[in-house]
Amino acid sequence: MKKKKSILDSNVLYTVIAIIIGFAIGALFLLIAGISPAVAYGKLINSIFSKPKYIVWTLVYASPLIFTGLSVAFSFRTGVFNIGAEGQFVVGSLAACVIGILVDVPAWIHVPLCLIAAAAAGAVWSFLVGLLKVKRGIHEVLSFIMFNWIAFYLSNYVVNLDGIHKDGSEATKDVLSSARILLPQSVIDKLGCNVSNWGFVIAVVVAIIIWIIIEKTTLGYKLKAVGFNSSAATYAGINSGKSVLTALAISGALSGLGGAIQTLGMGGRLSQFAGQEGFGFQGITVALIGASNPIGCIFAGIFYGAMKYGGSKLSIVKAPSEVVDIIMGCVILFIAISNIFKAPLQKLFGKKEGK
Amino acid sequence: MGRVSYLDNSQVVIQMKDIVKKFGDFTANDHINLTVHKGEVHAILGENGAGKSTMMNVLCGLYKPTSGQIFIKGKEVQFSSPKDAIDIGIGMVHQHFMLIQPFTVTENIILGMEPTKGLVVDKATARKKVLELSERYNMKVDPDAKIEDISVGMQQRVEILKVLYRGAETLILDEPTASLTPQEIEGLMEIIRNLTADGKSIILITHKLKEITASSDNCTIIRQGKYIRTVKVDEVSENDLAAMMVGRDVNFKVEKKEMKPGEIVLDVKDIHARDYRNVEILKGLSINVRKGEIVGLAGVDGNGQTELVEILTGLRKADSGSVTLLGKDVYNKSPKETFESGISSIPADRQKHGLILDFSVEDNMILQHFDEEPFASKKFLNRKAIREHASKLMDKFDIRPRGTEGHPAGTLSGGNQQKVIISREVTNDKELLIAVNPTRGLDVGAIEFVHKYLVEQRNKNRAILLVSFELDEIMSLSDRIEVIFDGQITGSVPGKDADEKELGFMMAGGKKA
Repeated sequence: MKKKKSILDSNVLYTVIAIIIGFAIGALFLLIAGISPAVAYGKLINSIFSKPKYIVWTLVYASPLIFTGLSVAFSFRTGVFNIGAEGQFVVGSLAACVIGILVDVPAWIHVPLCLIAAAAAGAVWSFLVGLLKVKRGIHEVLSFIMFNWIAFYLSNYVVNLDGIHKDGSEATKDVLSSARILLPQSVIDKLGCNVSNWGFVIAVVVAIIIWIIIEKTTLGYKLKAVGFNSSAATYAGINSGKSVLTALAISGALSGLGGAIQTLGMGGRLSQFAGQEGFGFQGITVALIGASNPIGCIFAGIFYGAMKYGGSKLSIVKAPSEVVDIIMGCVILFIAISNIFKAPLQKLFGKKEGK
Repeated sequence: MGRVSYLDNSQVVIQMKDIVKKFGDFTANDHINLTVHKGEVHAILGENGAGKSTMMNVLCGLYKPTSGQIFIKGKEVQFSSPKDAIDIGIGMVHQHFMLIQPFTVTENIILGMEPTKGLVVDKATARKKVLELSERYNMKVDPDAKIEDISVGMQQRVEILKVLYRGAETLILDEPTASLTPQEIEGLMEIIRNLTADGKSIILITHKLKEITASSDNCTIIRQGKYIRTVKVDEVSENDLAAMMVGRDVNFKVEKKEMKPGEIVLDVKDIHARDYRNVEILKGLSINVRKGEIVGLAGVDGNGQTELVEILTGLRKADSGSVTLLGKDVYNKSPKETFESGISSIPADRQKHGLILDFSVEDNMILQHFDEEPFASKKFLNRKAIREHASKLMDKFDIRPRGTEGHPAGTLSGGNQQKVIISREVTNDKELLIAVNPTRGLDVGAIEFVHKYLVEQRNKNRAILLVSFELDEIMSLSDRIEVIFDGQITGSVPGKDADEKELGFMMAGGKKA
């Protein structure tokens, strides 16, 4: 009896319902476009699960999303809205790329150096926005969006600098192999995915660390206190301005790390952007699907990664890959309004127990 | 008491019969009955969460009862919206006023049912009607004044005029005296008399027993959603009423042993400060509190009390002056510094400053100590110690329901939320405890409890600064009463022989003769 109630109260149930509805609406659009949903969804599922290497690809796609998801989730839990994960991701990948190209040291120094540089770049990017908020009262959402564009153009500028730019291309030189985080070649051969990397493992470890920070430490307590009610936290003697800055710096570092994982793992170089790539904004989706829980972000990241990877194969059956965006958008919408079906479901199933 | 009654027993105006209202599995009203006659003042008495508001919301058409009947003048009615209730002559004056500040009195009163001449609002007619109503009940309301320029007491009269304008025969007054001065309360009582003399009926929702005995004919007591009984007020004492309300005997007299105040703990000298509008609000205020002494700061809201407390707790910076605590300088320090110097406080707004409602009860209890042993070691929280601490406090301070250490504080009732704060601040056991309206919105049982702990702190030779808009509370607890008016202390009287009239006079700006 108790179990039933806890299922009816749990976020997971409503997330699953939202996902189902998202797929249903996606099917509707596919029908309108004259494509059989069964074929399209069949291809989608097929291209995610049918071979082990597809699953590895899914995880490769998922890794950066888990990071930006964690970044946004951490900001939600601490009462700020990091809509600037996009920019932090970009400066993170830029820092990792530049250090990866210019510094020539052994791998055991090179990789940590790149990761730290990326985390620091993301943290600074977010910290600056925090300063504007705390010192000048400028709303973080505004500055974040502007900082996203600054990062975007900064990256394009650096990509084209001499010594970094690769002649005759639209991208940087390749990152030195000592900075790459690929799995050993023998494992890559076995998995059949040429960019199999440590990103997912690092993401899971970081997610667990973030979970511990939020749930178990005095730092997490302090940041959450400010996030939930900064007046009461201030009244109790917590320096809320400092807490906001700390929270934003950590959140930014996570996005920055995501950028490094993408560059050192999958890309191996940075290309000139034509438009924002969206890892940061997709992080918002991941955080929402993961209910702002770091562990939830792992699963939400895998889900989004699978959809992105599977979606890229939809063109084979002449289905537009944008249907994935429609599905994800609907999922978010229905998670946001999950109370609409929460109440009736609880009435329907909750009533029968009790008396 | 010299109370005049206009109760006409022959005419029943409102009858609620066996009203049941359920929210899910929770029964807020369990077979409630109420009978109100013409010209009657009928008090509804009950603890926080007893179901008074639910009952009144059923009567105003906001809630549909799960079962039961409502009769108006003998005819059964079913309200589908508040408008139905208004049309039939039931009007509610809410505790929190719903007035538009920049509008005039008349504009506020006619809002939603403006008389028109062609396409334009006929303000002249409206104004005349408002003036007529005001004079009829001797309310002395200026129909042309803007709401933002008139006192809280006058604003309340505007709310009463609003429902009268809509033709109310029965007025429900929800905690009408919560923010009034003693003089304003007397004025309200006179208006209530004038209304009943004119054949209106009044339903009065209140915690304050004194007001019930001073104004009401009958009183219906409800407890935990259940109808207890209806009594004739003349036939019972305040103690009887309180006992019926909480279901046990209540001790009203605050037991206080004689104490000789010791050395000065808090010494505030010549403080000047501005409020959020940048207007000078504290104009050279000086006050001190000694060991083993409760100093009551009496005054009408808005005379600088809030700002003084904010300065003492580090939330606001003063322009000039000095503040010392046992000789240590605590002037314009941060909240953390003032706390560590020895000032703890029970804030006025418990949901804004006192608690983090989304945090669990146990987490709220360590708000100032979360990074100290035994609650934390090496930056990690010690959940077991936190839980044990919370369980101990919940037992000691009777915070209900038990076993909710891990539940969000927001799920507790108001009284129990306040107990969480009090348990925390009293346990802090600092040199000075500042308590701001510590019993606001609490019922008699909880008030008794809070008062007991304040006196206990005093008996432990701590200094206590009590800031309260409840004169009764100030008078029953304080060893010394300081009156604040317009940013200064305008009078000081010993708590023992304080006179309510004299205090009220000083609170309104009169100098002590």
